[in-house]
Amino acid sequence: MKKISIDPITRLEGHGKIDIFLNDEGEVENAYFQIPELRGFEVFSQGRPIEDMPTITSRICGVCPEAHLMASSKAGDAAYGVEIPRTAKMLREVMYSAFFVGDHTTHFYVLGAPDFIVGPEAPKTERNILGVVAKVGKEIGGKVIKTRRLMHEVMGIMGGKTIHPCSSIPGGMSKGINEEERARLLEIADYYIEFGLFSLDIFDKIVLQNPEYLELILGDVYFHKTHSMGTVDENNKVNFYDGKIRIVDTNGDEIHKYDPKNYLDYIAERVVKWSYLKFPYIKSIGWKGLVDGQDSGIYKATPLSRLNAADGMATPLAQEAYEKFYATLGGKPVHYTLSTHWARLIELLYSAERMKELLEDDEITSDNYRVIPTGMPGEGIGSVEAPRGTLTHHYTCDEKGRILKANLIVGTTNNYGAMSLSIKKAAQNLIKKGSKLTEGTLNMIEMAFRAYDPCLSCATHTIPGQMPITVRLRSKDGEVLDEMSR
Amino acid sequence: MSAKFERFISTRVKKDVEEEEKPRIAIYWCASCGGCEIAFLEIAERILDLAEKIEIVFCPCIMDIKYHDVWDMPDDYIDITLFNGAIRNDEHLEMAYLLRDKSKILVAYGSCAAKGCIPALANFNSKKEIFDYVYKESPSTVNPEGITPQPIVEVPEGELELPAFWDCVKTLDQIVQVDYYVPGCPPAQKTTNELVDVILSGKLPKHGSYIGSATKSVCDDCPRERKEKKIKKIKRPHLSEIDPEVCLLDQGFLCCGPATRGGCGAQCPSVNMPCIGCYGPLDGIEDQGAKMLGVIASVLDYEDEEDIKKAMEDIVDPAGYLYKFSMSKSLLFKNRHEKFKADKERLRV
Repeated sequence: MKKISIDPITRLEGHGKIDIFLNDEGEVENAYFQIPELRGFEVFSQGRPIEDMPTITSRICGVCPEAHLMASSKAGDAAYGVEIPRTAKMLREVMYSAFFVGDHTTHFYVLGAPDFIVGPEAPKTERNILGVVAKVGKEIGGKVIKTRRLMHEVMGIMGGKTIHPCSSIPGGMSKGINEEERARLLEIADYYIEFGLFSLDIFDKIVLQNPEYLELILGDVYFHKTHSMGTVDENNKVNFYDGKIRIVDTNGDEIHKYDPKNYLDYIAERVVKWSYLKFPYIKSIGWKGLVDGQDSGIYKATPLSRLNAADGMATPLAQEAYEKFYATLGGKPVHYTLSTHWARLIELLYSAERMKELLEDDEITSDNYRVIPTGMPGEGIGSVEAPRGTLTHHYTCDEKGRILKANLIVGTTNNYGAMSLSIKKAAQNLIKKGSKLTEGTLNMIEMAFRAYDPCLSCATHTIPGQMPITVRLRSKDGEVLDEMSR
Repeated sequence: MSAKFERFISTRVKKDVEEEEKPRIAIYWCASCGGCEIAFLEIAERILDLAEKIEIVFCPCIMDIKYHDVWDMPDDYIDITLFNGAIRNDEHLEMAYLLRDKSKILVAYGSCAAKGCIPALANFNSKKEIFDYVYKESPSTVNPEGITPQPIVEVPEGELELPAFWDCVKTLDQIVQVDYYVPGCPPAQKTTNELVDVILSGKLPKHGSYIGSATKSVCDDCPRERKEKKIKKIKRPHLSEIDPEVCLLDQGFLCCGPATRGGCGAQCPSVNMPCIGCYGPLDGIEDQGAKMLGVIASVLDYEDEEDIKKAMEDIVDPAGYLYKFSMSKSLLFKNRHEKFKADKERLRV
C-alpha cells in the first residue's frame, strides 16, 4: 500500500492533513482527512462565569467569532430563562447578517472563485484572487476589500471590537444604536445588496454560462448524497439567527424538525483514534462508519444543505435566486458539492436584504435592548447557523453562574464526515491506475473540501502567484516512490 | 540580543540600499483562532500597497506552501515571521523551532503567542482531564470502545500520525527567542498599522519591545468620566445597569483597563463592556493578574480586611478573570513550567 500525504492542507481555517492510500493496482483504497489539533474549550470553560463565555468561546474562531458570540449569549439567555427584548434580537441579527456578508464574500472570492472563475486547471500562477481580478475586472478587488472593511465598521459600531466583538451578553445587548448609526448601517446594507446581486451576476456569467464549468458542477467527481441540515423560521425559510433545526434526507423528505435545545435527542458524535475531531451523525439513523447515502447517519450543514433543508428564502431577491438555483440544477434536493459556492452567494444576498429589513424597523433604535436577569442561572442551549454549519453551545451552571459543564458542536464539525467522503470520492475519481499525478489533479482534490468553506478569509488577494504544493508517493516504510510539485 | 538578530541588523541596511529586495514575510499560526490573520487584513486597502513591497513566503491559511518547503529554505531566509498562537502540541513546537531557524526576526503577533491568551486557560486542566471529557464524558459523545486519539494509529491501509498533545500551553518565548511582540486579542487595526510601518520602513525599535501599543494603560484612551475610585460592591455587567458615561471601574465593574497596556483605543468600554485585558500587562509588570488584584484592593471602599475579603468574594472566578489573557505567563504555574523545561530538552533533539 502506498500513501500520499498532504500536510498541511492549505487555504482553510485551522489545521488539517490528508493521507491517501493507494492499493497495489495504484487505485485509491482510502483517504483520511485528519484534524491534528485540539484546544479543549469545553473543559477549560468549566469554572468560568457565564457572562465570560461569549468572550472565551469567540476565540474558538477569529474568522467567525460573531457566530460563537451569538450562540454563547443565546445559551446565556436560556440559562437565566430570559426572553430578550425584540430590539435586542434585531440588533444581534443585524450584526450577524453583516458578518455573514463579509464571511461569505471572503470565502467565495478568495478561496472558491480562483478555481471557478479562473479555472480548475488554469496555470497555477493565475489561479488565485489576482487571476479572478484579471478575469472579471479590476474594480472587483476593491469591492471585496470594501465589503470586508464595512463589515468591520459594523462590528466597531455595534460590537466594540472589530474582531471578537463583545456587546452581546446574557439578557440582550450592552449597547443599542442611535439614528445616526442606523443611517450609516442602512447605507452599508444597501451597498451589500448591490454587492450580492453583483456577485450572483458574476457567477452566472462566468460559471453557469460556461458549459465546461457546468459539467464540472454536475459531474460525478463532486457528487455524493448525504442528508441536509439547516435552521428554518416559522415558515420553513432559511434563518441564521434563530429557529428550528430541520433535517431532510437524501431525497429531500423531512426526517426531523426540532427545537435546538433538544439537539442531544437528534445528534451524537463518534470518536476515532486517528483524529482530534469527532464525527457527528444523526442519532435516529446511527453511526454506520464513513459512508454516504440514505442509510448513513452522515449529514451536511453547509449553505447548500441549508437551502435543501428549507422551503425557500425569506427575502424577495434571494428567493428569486433560490428558485433559479433549483430550476437550473434539476430540482430539490441538490447534492452537487461544488454548487455550495452558488448557494453561498444566495445566502450572501439574503443576509444583505435581511440586514436592511431589520434596520428599517423603527424599533431598532429603541433603548429597550436588554433585560437584566434576576433568576438563578441553570442550563442553557444556544444555537445559530454559522457560515460553515449549525452551531450549538450548551452550558450548565452553578448558582453563581459558573460553568459546570459545557458542550459545543461547532459549524465545521458537522461536516467532518461529509468532507471526508467528498475528498475520498474526488481522489478515487481523479487518481487512476497508472496515471501520473498532475498539478491540476491535486488542485481538483483540494476543491472537494474547499467547497465546504474550510474558511479563511484572508488576503489571498494580496498574494502574487500560486505557491507550490508537493505530494510525495511513499511506500509503507516511508520510501519516496514518486513526487510531484506545482 | 541573539547572534542571528545582530546579523540581521548589520545586513539589513546594506540590503535596502543595494539590492532593494522585497522583505520576505511569513505568517504562521499554532494554537490560535485565526483572528490574528484577520487582524492583519484589517489594514484593508493598505494591503494592496503592502503586496507590492513585500513577498509572503509562507502562510498556510491563504497559500499552498507546505511544511517541507519551509524545511528546505536556507536559515534566515525569511526576514520577518509573524507568529500567532500558543504552543500546545509537538507540531507547534517543531514549527516554532523551524521558523526561528528560518527567520531573521521572529515576532509574537497577538496575545496567544505573547501570553498564552484564551487557549492557555487550558492550563487549569491536565491533558487527561481534557481527553476524558471531550472524548468520553461530553453529553453528545458516543464512544463504546472508550478510545482517545493517539499519536500513531494503525488503520487497515497503513499508519496515521497525529501530533502529541501536551499537558500545558506555552508562549512562543517559552520555546524560542522572540525578537518583538505585538499585543492584542487580536491586535487592533491601529496596532497592526504601526507594525506595517515598521516592516516597510525597516526602522526597528528596541529589541524585545512591544510594537504598536502604548506605554500608558487602556484608561488613557477611554473617554469615560473618572472620579476618585471608591467602590462598595463588585458588579457583573449582565446583572447590572451600566452607565454609558462613567468609568466602569467607578461603577463597580471589574474593568482591567488600569492594569492593561493601551493601544486598542478602549474598544470594549465603547460598548459598555469592561476591558478584558487582552493587550497584556504594562511594561515592567510581570504578572498582570497580581497587578489587577492590587487595583481592585485599592478601590474597594473598606478599611477592615474582613470587609475587603467579603467584597472580593463577589469575583466569582478570580483566576480565570485575572489571567484570562496571560495564563502562560502567570506565576501560578511555575511548577508546571519547570516540568516542561525537561520535556522541551527531550523534544529538541
